Amino acid sequence: MKLTELIEKLNLGVRSSKADLEREVTGGYASDLLSDVLANGKEGNIWVTLQVHHNIVAVASMKDLAGIILVNGREPEQETIEKAEAEKIVIMVTELPTFELVGRLYGLGVTGMK
Amino acid sequence: MNSDSRITKVQELVYEIRVRDVMKDDVVTVSPQTPMSKLQDILREKRISGAPVVDQDGLAGIISIDDFIRWLAEREEDCPISEKMTSDVQTLYADEPLIHAVNKFEQYGFGRFAVIDRQDKRLRGIITKGDIIEGLLKKLEIDYHKEETQNERIQRFFEDIYADRIALFFQYNVAGQDFKRAGESSSRLKATLGRLGLHPQVIRRVAIATYEAEMNLIIYADGGRIRVRVEPHQILVKVEDSGPGIPDIEKALQPGYSTAPDWVRELGFGAGMGLNNISNCADRMNLRSTVGKGTHLSIYISVENGAKSETN
Repeated sequence: MKLTELIEKLNLGVRSSKADLEREVTGGYASDLLSDVLANGKEGNIWVTLQVHHNIVAVASMKDLAGIILVNGREPEQETIEKAEAEKIVIMVTELPTFELVGRLYGLGVTGMK
Repeated sequence: MNSDSRITKVQELVYEIRVRDVMKDDVVTVSPQTPMSKLQDILREKRISGAPVVDQDGLAGIISIDDFIRWLAEREEDCPISEKMTSDVQTLYADEPLIHAVNKFEQYGFGRFAVIDRQDKRLRGIITKGDIIEGLLKKLEIDYHKEETQNERIQRFFEDIYADRIALFFQYNVAGQDFKRAGESSSRLKATLGRLGLHPQVIRRVAIATYEAEMNLIIYADGGRIRVRVEPHQILVKVEDSGPGIPDIEKALQPGYSTAPDWVRELGFGAGMGLNNISNCADRMNLRSTVGKGTHLSIYISVENGAKSETN
C-alpha cells in the first residue's frame, strides 16, 4: 500500500516532504524508544510514535522508513520539519491515539510481521 | 555490467511485469455502428492506428488502419465498422505476465491486442509492441538507477589508488548535552559513506552503530569524538570520550540496562539498548572503560560482509 492511500483512508495530516508520498509501505512499527526502532524497524515501515523532536528524522532516515505518523494530535517541532524536508522523510499527524491508529492501519493491511 | 546479464534482466522482467503495468488504459473505443467513413477522422484525431470495437456486452471486435485501407482500396459503399472489423479477437488478460503478450505478438503478427479482465471479460486497456518496449525501458531505468546508486563505487576508487595500504579518515566532534545537534555526526557520516558508494546495508549498519555511540557521548559522557577509518575491506568507528567511564561493562552491555535520567528517557533515549544495537551492527566490537577517565569503543564493520542485516 502506498503512503497516499493511508493518508487518504486515515485522514492523516502531512507535515513534511509532500513530494514523496508515492512510497510503498511494507509494514508498520510502533514505539517511542528510538533505539528500539533502530533495532527493530524495517526498511519501508511506517513508524507510529508520540516523539516529536528532530531525532525521529535521523532514526527514520537511517532505517529508510517509509514515514512517521505522530499520534494524539502531536505536532512536529519546527526543527523536526526542517530536518525532515532536508532528509525527505514524510511526517504525518493524526488525532488518534496509538492503539486506535495501529488497529486501523492493521485493518488496511499494514502488518507488523512478514 | 556486461550485455549478457542485461539480456537476462529483460528476460526476468518480462515474467515479472504484468500486462496491466504497461498497457494504455485510456482506450479510445468505437461502436460497431460507427460508419467506416468516420474511422479515418477518429484514428487521425486520436493519433492511433486501430481501436477496439465495444458494444453493451463488452468487446465485439477490433478495427485497424489496415482494415480501413482495405475498405478504401475496394471502393465499397460506406458500412458500419462491425462489417469490416476482426471479430474473432485475440485478447490478453490484464494479469498475465508480459511474456505472454510478447509471444502473442510473435505468433499473430498483430499491431495491438485488447486487454480484458480475467473475471468480467470487460475491456481494460490496449497494448502495442511500443507499450511493451516503453514499459521495459522504464523498469530497466528504475532498476539501473537503483543498481547504479548501490554499486560499490568505492571499490573502483580504491582500485585506482596505488599503495600498500589505503584508508580514508573522518573525524566528528560531538558536544555533550547538545540534543539540538544530536545525531548530526552520524547523519553526516552516513551521507559521506553514501557518496563513496558503499553498499546500503553496510552504510546502514555503520550509521546505526555510530548514531547510538554518538547518543551515548551526548547523554553520558559530555561529548567526545568519533573517528572513522574506511578501508577497502572494513570500516572502523572509534568513539572516545573523557567522561565518567562505565563501572560495570558487562552490565552495560545487557539489553535494557540503563542509567539514563528521566528527562532523557522522556525523549525516547536511554532505553538501555544502545550498546546492544551497536554490537548487532558490528562484526566486532571492543569496549574499554576506566571510571573517572573515560571510555573507548571500537566498532569494526566488514565491507565484504554487506549482506549481514543490522537486525539479526
